[in-house]
Amino acid sequence: MEHMGVEPGRLNFSWISSAESSKFVDVVKGVTETVKALGPNNNFKKAAKVA
Amino acid sequence: MLGYIDKIKEISKRLLDEGKVDMIIGFKKGTMPMMNEPCFVKTPDEASKLVWDSNCGINLANYLTDRKEKIGVIAKGCDSRNIVTHIIENKIKRENLVIIGVPCKGMIDRRKISAMFDAEVRQVSEEGDAIIVKGNGFEEKLKKSDLLQDNCSTCIHRNPALYDELAAPLVEEQKDIDKYADVRKIETMQPSEKWDYFDNLLSGCLRCYACRNACPLCYCPTCFVDEANPQWVGKSQDETDIRTFHFLRAYHCAGRCTDCGACERACPVGINVRAFTKKLEKDCFEMFGWEAGISIEKRPPLDTFKPDDPGKFIK
Repeated sequence: MEHMGVEPGRLNFSWISSAESSKFVDVVKGVTETVKALGPNNNFKKAAKVA
Repeated sequence: MLGYIDKIKEISKRLLDEGKVDMIIGFKKGTMPMMNEPCFVKTPDEASKLVWDSNCGINLANYLTDRKEKIGVIAKGCDSRNIVTHIIENKIKRENLVIIGVPCKGMIDRRKISAMFDAEVRQVSEEGDAIIVKGNGFEEKLKKSDLLQDNCSTCIHRNPALYDELAAPLVEEQKDIDKYADVRKIETMQPSEKWDYFDNLLSGCLRCYACRNACPLCYCPTCFVDEANPQWVGKSQDETDIRTFHFLRAYHCAGRCTDCGACERACPVGINVRAFTKKLEKDCFEMFGWEAGISIEKRPPLDTFKPDDPGKFIK
């Protein structure tokens, strides 16, 4: 995805077990911060809603 | 390459005569120059219509999917690698195949030739490493090495990976080839430049799905783009839908694509569809040391796991 121009950090993957609640929180916090820093997404948005 | 045809005909005729195969899948002359068509030969007499020249770029592995007959298939390097992939993915049984290997010296890009002349190209023939192009009022002799398909010019697997018969002695593989120069060029761009590059690349896409239909890997009974319930991807000409189709299709080919160029060749508007698949091919090679279709013994990277997996997101 980054290869075709999605900014690094906008798309995130992680592997979290249902038992790892604190890791989940950490990852979500981290992701939120990076994405906020990148600003609004301007690519990959449909101009008008198509059925 | 022209000299191969007698041997191909001889092998095909013999296999059909002896009843070893029910049909041969090969090429016959197309109705237009530079457009050889795939053909199914079912009787020894018909074997004479088979042809072989530098216009056999279509990947014949595409015609093997789920076939139950005994088939003799003519396979250049990339075809053979896709046949291996088909065998690994249980889309064809090895024992039902007689693979007639054809060491390949590259296929020519018909668009390069058409673009060189204002008038219509009516006849294209070969003499050794020269291509002779004829049209109304002109005739020109060109060098084949200048006219190769892009993927052929960087090919390092010209010889078939798996074969039962050979139509000619193996050819020397190209060495010192920088296969991924074009991918690296994109990798060095800024995200916005990358985005624009692919926007520009796909601007002509009609979503005719010719790339998918020509691809031997795209054999799903219902493709994700045709599925209506659930609908995975919008069916409009909106650029997000077009792009989704292309990158998802590329992902489906990850670790399977042999860079045979069938998609690019089939595209009616000449989009370099390989810009997507080649990145994944490069990643597979760099991360997992994997090249698709080299051996029927090895399992592909997407259905194996190794503790030293380079994916950092699993942490």
